Amino acid sequence: MSTAIKSLARHQHWLALLVVGVVLLLVPFVAALGGQAWVRIANFAILYVFLALGLNIVVGYAGLLDLGYVAFYAVGAYTYALLASPHFAIHLPFWVILPLGAGLACVFGVLLGAPTLKLRGDYLAIVTLGFGEIIRIFMNNLNAPVNITNGAQGITLIDPIRIGGFSLSQSSTFLGVTLSGPQKYYFLLVGLAILVIVINIRLQDSRIGRAWQAIREDEVAAKACGINTRNIKLLAFAMGASFGGIAGGVFSAMQGFVSPESFSLMESITILAMVVLGGMGHIPGVILGAVLLTGLPEALRYGIEPLQKMVFGRLLIDPESLRMLVFGLALVLVMRFRPAGLWPSPQRRRELSESTD
Amino acid sequence: MDTLIQQLINGVTLGAVYALVALGYTMVYGIIGLINFAHGEVVMIGTMVAFTVIVSLAGSGMPPLLVLALGLAVSTLVCMVLGWALERVAYRPLRHAPRLTPLITAIGMSIVLQNVAMIIWGRNYITFPPMINKQIYDLGGASFTNVQVSIVFLAALMMIGLIYLVHRTRIGMAMRATAQNPQVASLMGVDINRVIAMAFVIGSALGAIAGCMVGSYYEIAHYQMGFMLGLKAFTAAVLGGIGNLAGAMAGGLLLGIIEALGAGYIGDLTGDFLGSHYQDIFAFIVLIIVLMFRPSGLFGERTGDRA
Repeated sequence: MSTAIKSLARHQHWLALLVVGVVLLLVPFVAALGGQAWVRIANFAILYVFLALGLNIVVGYAGLLDLGYVAFYAVGAYTYALLASPHFAIHLPFWVILPLGAGLACVFGVLLGAPTLKLRGDYLAIVTLGFGEIIRIFMNNLNAPVNITNGAQGITLIDPIRIGGFSLSQSSTFLGVTLSGPQKYYFLLVGLAILVIVINIRLQDSRIGRAWQAIREDEVAAKACGINTRNIKLLAFAMGASFGGIAGGVFSAMQGFVSPESFSLMESITILAMVVLGGMGHIPGVILGAVLLTGLPEALRYGIEPLQKMVFGRLLIDPESLRMLVFGLALVLVMRFRPAGLWPSPQRRRELSESTD
Repeated sequence: MDTLIQQLINGVTLGAVYALVALGYTMVYGIIGLINFAHGEVVMIGTMVAFTVIVSLAGSGMPPLLVLALGLAVSTLVCMVLGWALERVAYRPLRHAPRLTPLITAIGMSIVLQNVAMIIWGRNYITFPPMINKQIYDLGGASFTNVQVSIVFLAALMMIGLIYLVHRTRIGMAMRATAQNPQVASLMGVDINRVIAMAFVIGSALGAIAGCMVGSYYEIAHYQMGFMLGLKAFTAAVLGGIGNLAGAMAGGLLLGIIEALGAGYIGDLTGDFLGSHYQDIFAFIVLIIVLMFRPSGLFGERTGDRA
């Protein structure tokens, strides 16, 4: 009897995976019914899943509050943009640039991590925030006297990801199914997201993952247990940064355009909000947070205008600001009623209910 | 030499404003350990309210100084209520939540306030009507205005008042006790909720006054102005050692002076490679360097581990 239940449970596990797989496969085609814009929104949702899981390593696992995560995203994006665009007339292939961008972001991660090892909590938060701003200000101003980043105008005409004659930005037909550019990027992004999910899961219960959690809970005790806290913390920064770098490269290729505007502090904050709102340190929660916080503003964008016309008969309030208003209120309300996030890890939920006793 | 004096004057003016805003951050942080990200937005609302009052009374024939004072009073009052409401609605329910939860709430509130301000006052820059006849004084080749003098004077007055409040009154004693240990303080009969609400109210009042100063100094206001101002002020608070009142004042002044000097000299120092539009990065570079050598700020206590 018990073996039958166990095997059923195992089957359910696979069944759930199968359902998720089919849904993931169908998303770009269903979204395309509403226009390619919706496919792009789906792409961004997955890109943010990728970014949020990268940040989850730093914030969720190691407990290091990073408010400048977008700096690494920017480093990756600009690496790709500079090495694959007419700006410097360099056109390297993506398999050279993406690892290079990840590596460079990793170096920046260590550069930021090394001087801040002694800091804790909120001091670390403000330093990472400042670091993010420094990177953005440099991107904004490095157009004189030598034009490196083309300043606030940004870099345009960035090459798409292409292998030989096969470019991800044009539509093409396989086995009678026509895939548009965004749909092809969708599948690339899903592949990358699965990779980062697997890495996150494997890290969680590894020696390194447990060392991170030990540092998060009590750094002194972790040190006393023989954990090299310096190296392990740097590793968290470096790993999180590399993921940011890869995401930046893909972002560049997908958009064909980068400018410093995409890498504001608000972006860092949004990614952090995805991690915390979903459930810090819990992979399904973080994914949920990322998808919700990408989808919600878009859904509001399309929903608020007709709703206002329906209720008031005309546009009463600027839809753009109303959209952000609702977004902010949603953050406040979710945190009010689910302080540990929408989908916290079971362990964390236990800790919380114990501490309130 | 005159550049040096000029930048020092500008730096002190700016620093006085930073210091007032930084006090709002540091008071709240010192008592409940929360970075109140929405504080910059409170300052912005203060500026906007003052602007509305001043503009609507400007044509009424009242003496300009009275109009200015009314604007200051109304905006301070509005911000005090706003600060109190923020604490009551957004932060108090989360007092025992995980550490990052109120931070996200604060960010959410900041977005909400910014967009409410945009709905009310629009997305364009609004210009402050000049209420005082600006007089320019000369000092060794550099110049300063009576606006700058009154900003620094008013800020100093506020800071002295705050120090008196915290160190010489009953509520101040309750605040210091709560900052040291909330549980024990409440056992001694301190009403913790009242103390925390007071910290928000006083911080917001100082923020409103700082907002009016910024408005009359730059003669311009914008619904996004609170963000960068708040960021700089928070940097100042951390620079001085967050939770420490004197630290916030010193940090604010220091940051203002460093920024002004940096903007004045960076072009010469780097052979015009880096121009004055790099002004904003000085705050952060100085912060990183200071924290490398003194991880709890210039005047922060070297506390042990507190989770």
